[in-house]
Amino acid sequence: MLAPLGARARDWEGPAIFVEGVHKSFGEVHALSGIDLVVERGRVLGLLGPNGAGKTTAVKILTTLLAPDRGRALVEGRDVVRSPAAVREVIGLAGQATAVQEELTGRENLEIMGRLYHLDRDTRVRRAGELLERFGLVEAADRPTKGYSGGMLRRLDLALSLVSLPSVLFLDEPTTGLDPRSRNGMWQVIRELVSGGTTLLLTTQYLEEADELASEIVVIDHGLVIAAGTARELKSRVGGDVVEFQVVERARLQDATGAVRELSDAEPLVDRETATVTLRVGDRGSHALVETVRRLDALGIHTEGLGMRHPSLDDVFLSLTGHGAEEAQPGASRRRGAERLRAQE
Amino acid sequence: MSTTELSELVALDIPSPPALERLRLGIADTATLTRRDLLIWLRNPAFIFFTIIQPVMFVLLFRYVFGGAIPVSVPGGYVNFLMPGIVAQTAAFASFGTAIALARQLQKGVIDRFRAMPMARSAVLLGRLSADAARLTVTVAVIVAVGYAVGFRFQNGAGPAVIMLVLAVVLGLTICTVSAYVGLAIKDEESVGSFGLVWLFPLTFVSAAFVPVSSMPGWLQAFAKNQPVTIVIDEMRALALGGPLALHAWQSAVWLAGIVAVFVPLAVREYRRAG
Repeated sequence: MLAPLGARARDWEGPAIFVEGVHKSFGEVHALSGIDLVVERGRVLGLLGPNGAGKTTAVKILTTLLAPDRGRALVEGRDVVRSPAAVREVIGLAGQATAVQEELTGRENLEIMGRLYHLDRDTRVRRAGELLERFGLVEAADRPTKGYSGGMLRRLDLALSLVSLPSVLFLDEPTTGLDPRSRNGMWQVIRELVSGGTTLLLTTQYLEEADELASEIVVIDHGLVIAAGTARELKSRVGGDVVEFQVVERARLQDATGAVRELSDAEPLVDRETATVTLRVGDRGSHALVETVRRLDALGIHTEGLGMRHPSLDDVFLSLTGHGAEEAQPGASRRRGAERLRAQE
Repeated sequence: MSTTELSELVALDIPSPPALERLRLGIADTATLTRRDLLIWLRNPAFIFFTIIQPVMFVLLFRYVFGGAIPVSVPGGYVNFLMPGIVAQTAAFASFGTAIALARQLQKGVIDRFRAMPMARSAVLLGRLSADAARLTVTVAVIVAVGYAVGFRFQNGAGPAVIMLVLAVVLGLTICTVSAYVGLAIKDEESVGSFGLVWLFPLTFVSAAFVPVSSMPGWLQAFAKNQPVTIVIDEMRALALGGPLALHAWQSAVWLAGIVAVFVPLAVREYRRAG
C-alpha cells in the first residue's frame, strides 16, 4: 500500500497553510481583497463560495502559479514568493481542468510524473502501480486515457497530484461536472486520503461537498472571507430548524406561503423555480411541522417533500450573503440534504 | 494560537540548490519532456499526417502538376529548384504542431500542473523544442527521400547537402519559437488551429520556395526577395545546387538569430504568465 502522505516537511512545526492579508487584482477586478487562512497540519479546509468568489485565485497563489499583490502566504513554512521552488517540493495540485495527456496511458501519465519528481526507476514504477490500484484504474492502466470516463479522468488526475506523496494537497473543485455516482466515488477516495494525515485544501461550490469532506469551512464571496468555522458552527449561526415543502400546483404557491408565514421567524424563503417554501422555525420544529401540515391541508394545498430538517450550508450561505449559494444546481443539494436528514431521523 | 502570534511566524529560509545541481536536474527534466512530447506525437495520427503525409503530397503536387508550367534556369530543371524550397516550407509549417500542442496543454491545465512542480521552468519549452528538432529531422529526411524518388539530385557534394538539411531544421526550429509564442499567447487550441498561423502562408508562399521571385509583380518582389524565408531558401539552394554562399549565409544567420532573440523571451514571458 501507498506510504503515508505528509511524511515530509518535518522541519516546520507551524500550521501547514498560513495566509495573511493576501490581495490580488486583475486590472480593475479585485479577485482577493485581503484574505486570511490558517490550516493546521492534517486538517481539511473547505473553501466555499460561488463562481468568481476568488477560490481558484487563492489556490493559484498557494501553489505558486500566481504571485500575490500584497500579503503573505506560507505553505509548510515556505514563503510562496520567496521560496516558490521549496513550496513546489511539498505540494500536490489537482486543478479544475483534468490535466491528463489523452494520447498517453494512465500508467505512462503517472510514470512521467514520477520522472519529473526525480524518483528513481523502481520507486516510480512501484508508485504508479500503487496509485492505479488505489484509484481503481488497474484494468484501464495501459489504455490511452482518451477512452476514460469523466470519473476515471478525475481519479487519474488526483492520482497524478499524489505521485510525490505531497504533505499539502490542493484540490480545485474536484467533482465539478461529475455525475452523482462518480462524485460519491471521488468523495470516498478523498476521505481515505485525508485519513492518512494529508493536509487538504479543497475548493467547492457544492455545500454538500464541503459538509461531507471538510473539518473546517471558510466561506468566501467577492474576495473576502465572510465566515469561518466547522459546518456545525456555521449552521448554528443560521439558528434553528427549517421546515420546507414544495407546492404541487404552482398557482397556489402564494396561498401556501401566506398560510404559513407567521410560523417562520423570518420572511419565508420562496424559490419560484422549484415552488419550494422554506420556513425558519427556531427550536419549535415539531410544532411548526404539525401546524404547517394542518394549515395546508385545511386549504387543500398538495405538497411534496414536506419535512423538517436542520439547516444546510445552503441556508448558511443565503443568510450570510443574501444571495443564493450556487448557480450550478439551485435547490438540488438542498433537497438531497433534506432527504438524507429525514432518512436519518 | 492567536492571530498576533501567527503574524510573527517567520518563514523558513530555504537556500536554493547549487547551480550545477539545478543544471543537472534541468537537463533531466528536458529529456523527460522531450520523450513525452515525441510519444504523444507518435500516438497522434493528425500530427503524423501534417508532418509527413501532407508534405509528401506537396512534393508530388508541385513536381507533377504545377512544375511543368514554371520555367526555371537551374541544372536539373524544376525538381532541383523545388526541393530546397519545399524542404524549407515543410520545416516552417511543421511548427504548426508546436503552437497547437502548447495551446492544448495550456488549456487542459497540464502547464499549470508543471508550473506547480519542482522542475526547471525552462524544461517545458526546451523539451518541446528538442522534440520538435527530432520531428523536423524525420520530416526533412522523408521529403528528401521522396524528392530523390521523383528525380531530385544534390549537385554540390555531400558536405553542403548535409549543411542544407541542418539549415532546414534550424529554420524550422526558429519558426517553432514564433509558434510557441503564438500558441501560449492565444491559449486556445481551436483558435490557434483556425487563425493562429495564417502568418505562415505569406511567409512561405510569397517567397522563393516554389517559383523564382522575378516572376512576381514588382511590389511583391520587394517583400518576397527580402523576407527571411526567401533568404534562407536562397542559401539552401546555393548549398544544394552550387552558387555563391557567403552573402546569404550571414544574412540567414542574422535573421534566424534575431527571430530567436525576440521570440524566445516573448514565449518565456507568456509561459510564466500562463497562470
